[in-house]
Amino acid sequence: MSEPVNSFDGARSSLDRRRHLKGRIFAVLCGTAAMFGIVALAVLLIDVFIDGAGELDIQFLTSFASRFAEQAGVKAALLGSIWILGLTALIAFPISVGAAIYLEEYAGKNWITRLIQLNIANLAGVPSIVYGILGLALFVRALGLERTILSGALTLSILILPIIIMASQEAIRAVPSSIREAAYGLGATRWQVVSQQVLPMAMPGILTGTILALSRAVGETAPLIMVGAVGFIAFAPSGVMDQFTVLPLQIYNWISRPQVEFHHIAAAAILVLLALLLTMNAAAILLRNRYQNRT
Amino acid sequence: MATTHDIDTDGQDPALEARAVSVFYGDKQAVKEIDLVIPANKVVALIGPSGCGKSTLLRCFNRMNDLVAGARVEGEINFHGTNLYQDDVDPVEVRRRIGMVFQKPNPFPKSIYNNLAFGPKVNGFKGDLDGLVEESLKQAALWDEVHDRLSDSAYALSGGQQQRLCIARTLAVKPEIVLMDEPASALDPIATQRIEELIFELKKQYTIVIVTHNMQQAARISDYTAFLYMGELVEYGPTDLLFTNPSEERTEAYVTGRFG
Repeated sequence: MSEPVNSFDGARSSLDRRRHLKGRIFAVLCGTAAMFGIVALAVLLIDVFIDGAGELDIQFLTSFASRFAEQAGVKAALLGSIWILGLTALIAFPISVGAAIYLEEYAGKNWITRLIQLNIANLAGVPSIVYGILGLALFVRALGLERTILSGALTLSILILPIIIMASQEAIRAVPSSIREAAYGLGATRWQVVSQQVLPMAMPGILTGTILALSRAVGETAPLIMVGAVGFIAFAPSGVMDQFTVLPLQIYNWISRPQVEFHHIAAAAILVLLALLLTMNAAAILLRNRYQNRT
Repeated sequence: MATTHDIDTDGQDPALEARAVSVFYGDKQAVKEIDLVIPANKVVALIGPSGCGKSTLLRCFNRMNDLVAGARVEGEINFHGTNLYQDDVDPVEVRRRIGMVFQKPNPFPKSIYNNLAFGPKVNGFKGDLDGLVEESLKQAALWDEVHDRLSDSAYALSGGQQQRLCIARTLAVKPEIVLMDEPASALDPIATQRIEELIFELKKQYTIVIVTHNMQQAARISDYTAFLYMGELVEYGPTDLLFTNPSEERTEAYVTGRFG
């Protein structure tokens, strides 16, 4: 080096300029990638909003489907979605959390556990239509539950089980082992350790996972078509053995009609579905915060 | 072969008696046929370099090793004439009678009060819980600092206070023996001193077995010291004898700081 070691003028050499340029280009590329998602979502939302906002009123929410677009509403589909969602949550939550507790706290580290674990991970990647076929064969036909809310909820439960199990396992695993040791060291049984220490600490994570999984379930169409959700229903479901339709199916039904009026009410139904989803996500955040504050 | 000096049990039955205890983690033997008599109402220190098996041995005394997958214990540990590893002994009951304080303070993410109440509650305590909480906090010399904020989170306490809370929590289930696994290693010197004073007070009522890395600490607080090396018991005897006039060369080398 010809320059004296103990001098500094702060100027960038040409090598430095090239390095900095590369850094800036990379930042811009990453920023573009991030914007791409946001812009696509925004365009979609604006488009739906322009189409559907005019149709969205109380009459739309309280009317059943109709041959005439101006009289049609989402009452049956909205109630159907809520019924399906509630029942799915009731079925999937206890089974998933139970499975997660078993795998994390009870199961030995042997090949059976690893096999179950591998299966769960793979089930999470199975296309939803396959679950629909399973639901049709098992619940609708073999168990004779017919094309009912119960069949639909059972099918969706199986669909989201692996997601909730994995989220719950993650949450249970995140509870420090020092907490378990402390509880065992005080003479607590395994059940007491799990129910009074591990589960309360894991609950925010479990709830978040559950609600995200339910958000996926509420948007599912294919498996419910398989188990026989109906496109046109003009009554509110009154029990789990009733026939049903759900919002995504109602939207699909309307959008596939040639009349442009139906496309507008389909957009309005999309807004209703989005509102339902956002409400659920808000509930997830609220629940999580409440549990976290308690500790 | 280990050197074991005279252990004076004051005519009482020993609190714990280990006979030929070995611990295996898979194929690896972490503790090798150790015989150890723990006299009642004394402080026994287990010292030795990292990985010598002292924590593993300590965890045999209340069957905490049961919780480690792949761990296997051989030999006998007698407590009131019953082998803790007998088939019909319930490890949950063992842990209630023989409490444990861990290396890092590990309070539950609950209030101070509920940290204390958990142990008695899971053991079916029916009685004056408030009184028990107060008594245990006083025993652990923490009552004066926390009596006006029992419903605050235990996480709001300092590290030293948290460790005393963990000691109080252990005392609240009324154990006979308290096992301590380097209870002061994560604390500053002042907090360490308070824990040591506390141990000194507690030995009037409890038998204490303490694992420590700190030889000065062992010398200060214990009545008996066991030196372990590579899973074997090298020497066990009265603390002052072990530190001033050990019989084994390896003990002398360790306590004078020549290795470890």
